[in-house]
This record gives sequence, structure tokens and C-alpha cells, in this order.
Amino acid sequence: MHKPTMGAVLVGLVPFLAMCISVPLWDRIYPFVFGLPFNIFWIVLWILLTPICMFIAYRIERKKIDATESAGKGGVQHG
Amino acid sequence: MDSSTVALSVILVIVLISSIVGMYAGSRYKMDLEQWTVAGRGFGLVFVWLLMAGEVYTTFAFLGASGWAYSRGAPTLYIMAYLTLAYVFSFYFLPQIWEIGKKFSMQTQSDFFRQRYGSKNLAAFASLVGVVFIIPYLQLQLTGLGIIVEVSGFGGISRATAILIAFALVAAFVFVSGVRAVAWISVIKDFLMLFAAFFIGIGLPYMYFGGIGEMFTALINAKPAHLILPGSTKTMGQSWYVSTVLLTSFGFYMWPHLFSAAFTAKNNNTLRRNAVIMPLYTITMPLIFLVGFTAIMVVPGLSNGDLALLTIVRQSYPAWFMGIIGAAGALTAMVPAAILILAAATLFAKNFYREMFAPNMTDEQVEKLARVMVIVITLIALYFAIYSSTTLVNLLLLGYAGVTQFLPGVLFGLYWGRVTKKGVFTGLVVGIAVVAYLVLTKQDPFFGINAGFVALCINFAATVIVSLSTQAEPNRFDEEPAVAVKK
Repeated sequence: MHKPTMGAVLVGLVPFLAMCISVPLWDRIYPFVFGLPFNIFWIVLWILLTPICMFIAYRIERKKIDATESAGKGGVQHG
Repeated sequence: MDSSTVALSVILVIVLISSIVGMYAGSRYKMDLEQWTVAGRGFGLVFVWLLMAGEVYTTFAFLGASGWAYSRGAPTLYIMAYLTLAYVFSFYFLPQIWEIGKKFSMQTQSDFFRQRYGSKNLAAFASLVGVVFIIPYLQLQLTGLGIIVEVSGFGGISRATAILIAFALVAAFVFVSGVRAVAWISVIKDFLMLFAAFFIGIGLPYMYFGGIGEMFTALINAKPAHLILPGSTKTMGQSWYVSTVLLTSFGFYMWPHLFSAAFTAKNNNTLRRNAVIMPLYTITMPLIFLVGFTAIMVVPGLSNGDLALLTIVRQSYPAWFMGIIGAAGALTAMVPAAILILAAATLFAKNFYREMFAPNMTDEQVEKLARVMVIVITLIALYFAIYSSTTLVNLLLLGYAGVTQFLPGVLFGLYWGRVTKKGVFTGLVVGIAVVAYLVLTKQDPFFGINAGFVALCINFAATVIVSLSTQAEPNRFDEEPAVAVKK
């Protein structure tokens, strides 16, 4: 079983920091951005930024998986 | 034609077409247990997305989210945060669950516990807990559907009749096509949902206030505290927000039906890519919130916030449009209900009944029993929904906090070699006991922190302590799968 790499886990923490733990920093109404109160804007912004973070995490994971797979092929012959 | 006839005809046509699509979906496949429960592990990116989105956007997303925006305000933000973060979290364990599930031909969450901890009692207990918490969730879908059809049909059909018709259809397509029906109906449902969310989410603020910013300005003038935590509540402050977002995003995939959706994927890369794109689907939620916020000033004073969306749409748009919204709403109840019924039926037949009473049953007999259970479980939930009690919402909160207690057993099962079955058993029992006590004695939030989160922390601690003080056990995921399992 492939275990997640540390790099991918760290990238995944970013949305948790931004949308959850940091709430005291952004739970406010002003300034309005695009007609939205700041806290709502912030959450919507992170809905859009999260897939970018996850794409980076995905690339990190893929790299590791591909590396292990090609290493595995070198060592053991797959029927 | 009067409004009621127009709206009801639209609803009926859309719901019927969807049900026929659902029944047809499975007709090209020979339905064995593997096909019926996890679609033969053949779903690619698009279908896994559709299935998972279909399961997530329930009547709660439709009525509850706008209702929370209407009556509570800022606390409703937790919904957008936890959905997004639940997908993020899934990236780090769903592909692993898929890998294990493939190796040991798993179809349910309890199969995971059975294999990892080698205990049939633990697996049977886990399946029973799953079924018990699924029923109130199912009941909520039924009740929500009744409300939607009653209101959007301009009262032309009674709540009980609407529920009966819809659930006869749901039981029928699940019975015939299993999980494939759910994925296909999700196509129609998602399309309608997106259309509805964009149209009314942006349309209503413009209709009444001339813009979204103008709507918010008016709202802040009328209710200055509504839009920052704790909004119009007394207990849902920032610590409640953090603990609730953590609890629900961690616990999300612990629902047995969402857990087993992972098994439908063709490979684990599908699940990784799905976790990357899923958060984007959350973008419909702020649109639904806009409807709830607009409704505060347009239709003030509703005693039940859940009716805010339907009430404002009904007074702002023509009857045929109300019909489309009603149909979208009805499908948001029917699709998750279908998958809940499927999961509960399989859990009961495979992991409870066979495990405890009939170890010699073949997969074929399990599948037959599961199909019978589809009808039994539908009838139980129908009974509760029609003779519904007021403790419904309590039961659901209990359910969410309850299923999350599976988390230590799942995460440690994957990543911690030292965990033991006694540890997991103890943690699960203690966690559920704490949740039940705090929620039923109305101590949720507990000192400002979500009661389920408190229970989860205690659960983790209990699992670790008991595991370390019992003898180490082999990790049964390292075993070779027994070929003879398929009888």
C-alpha cells in the first residue's frame, strides 16, 4: 500500500489553515470584495484555490508512485 | 391550468424520466453482488464524481443550507468549509482504502473492519452502528422530499402521498439497478441543481435589491450581527466553527455509503484526481446561501427556516419554474436516499446477518437478502417519516457525530501497525457513548466545542491507550486474500 508522502500532506494542510483554523483572522464583514462580505469572499476564494493546492499534492504523489513503480519493475518481473 | 397542476406535472415528468433512466442503467449488466453494490469497480473519473456529488448534495444542502443562512447567518459558512476540506482529507486515505478493497474484494465499510481486525463481532457491531445512523438520515431525506413536493406543488398533493410515490420509485430503481442507477440519475440531478443554483442564487438578489452587494448592505443594515460568527445564534462562535469543520470534514467519508463509494472507482488514481476537482462543486453552495440571505428581507418571520428557499422562489417565479426547482429538490432527496438504502441493505445482509447467523450463505443469497432489505428499510424509514417526531434533527446530529467515531479504526487500521481490535472496539463504544450522552442531554456544543469533536478526541485517546496495553496483533491487510471467500 502506498503511504502519502510528507510533501503532499503539508500541501493539504494549507486549505485547513486557510478555511478552518485561521477563522479569527478573516471572520469580518468589511471590506466587501466583489459585493461579498469579507468572510464569505474568503471562503469562496479558497473553494477556488483548494483544487490548485490539491493539484500540487497530486503531482507530488504521482512522482513518488511512478518512481516506486518503475523501481519495482526493475527488481521484480511482472507476469 | 392552475399553478398546482403545472408545477406538479413538471415535477412528475422529470422524476419519472429520471427513474426510468435509473432502471435502464443497470439493464445491460448481469447483477451480482459485486455489480449491484460497487458497479464491478468500473467507474472512471466522471462517474465517481457524479456518484459522490450525488450523495453529498442532499435535501440538507438544498433546504437546510439556505435555512441556516436564513435563520442562523454566519454559522452556515461551516458547510462550504467542511465540504471542501472533506475532499482534501479524502486524498490521503480513500486511494489507500480502494487499494485494500481491491485486494480483498470489499464492498462495504464493515468488510474493512472485518479484514483488518479479524473480528466478526467488531465488524457486525460496526455494521449495526452504520445501519442505525443511516435510518434517521434516510428519514430526513423522506421528510425533506415531502416538504419540497408539497410546497412546490402549491399544496396540490399531500406530503404523505408525495413521499409514498417517490419512495416506491427509489426502492424500484435501487432494487433493479443498484449503484449504477444512482450514478446515472445523478447526471440529471446535478444538471438541474447547477441550473437552479445559478439562476435563483444570482437572480433573486438582483430581482429584489438590484445586486448581490446591495442585498448584503441591506441585510447588514437590518441585522448587523447576522453575518459574523456566532450570527443569530448564541452558541455557534469561532471555537464551534473550528471544531465542527474539523469533525465533519474528518467524519464525512466515515458514512458507510460514502466510504463504499470509493470501491466503485476503476483505480486509485481516479480517487486522487476526484479529490482534486471535487472542491469546485462546492461553488453551488454560496449561491444557495444567497437565496437564504435574500429571503430574510423578502419573506421575513418564517417559523421554519427550511422553507425559506421554496417560499421565496414560489412568490418570485412562474409555476413551471417552481416545478423545475421542485423536481431538482425531489431528486436531491431521492438520489442520496437510494444510496443510503443500498448501503444499509448490504451492511445488514452481508456484515450483520451472514456474519452472525448464517456464515454459510453464498454471495448470491446475500444479494437476494439485500434486495429484500431494500424494501424493508424503505418501509421503516417511511413509517418514521410519515409519523415523524420532532427529535429528527437531533437524531441526524447524533448520526454525524456517531459515524465519525469510525475514524480511529479506519486511520489507524491503515497507518498504525500497533492498533488492536480491543483498542478500536473500546474507542468506538466510548466515542458513541459520549456523543449520545452530550447530544441527548442537550450539552452540544460542550463549552463552545462541538460535542462530536469532544467525543472523537476521547475516542482517539481510548483507542491508543487500550491498543498499547493489549498484545500486538498482526496487520491482516498484509495477508494474502483467501481465494475461497467467494462461495
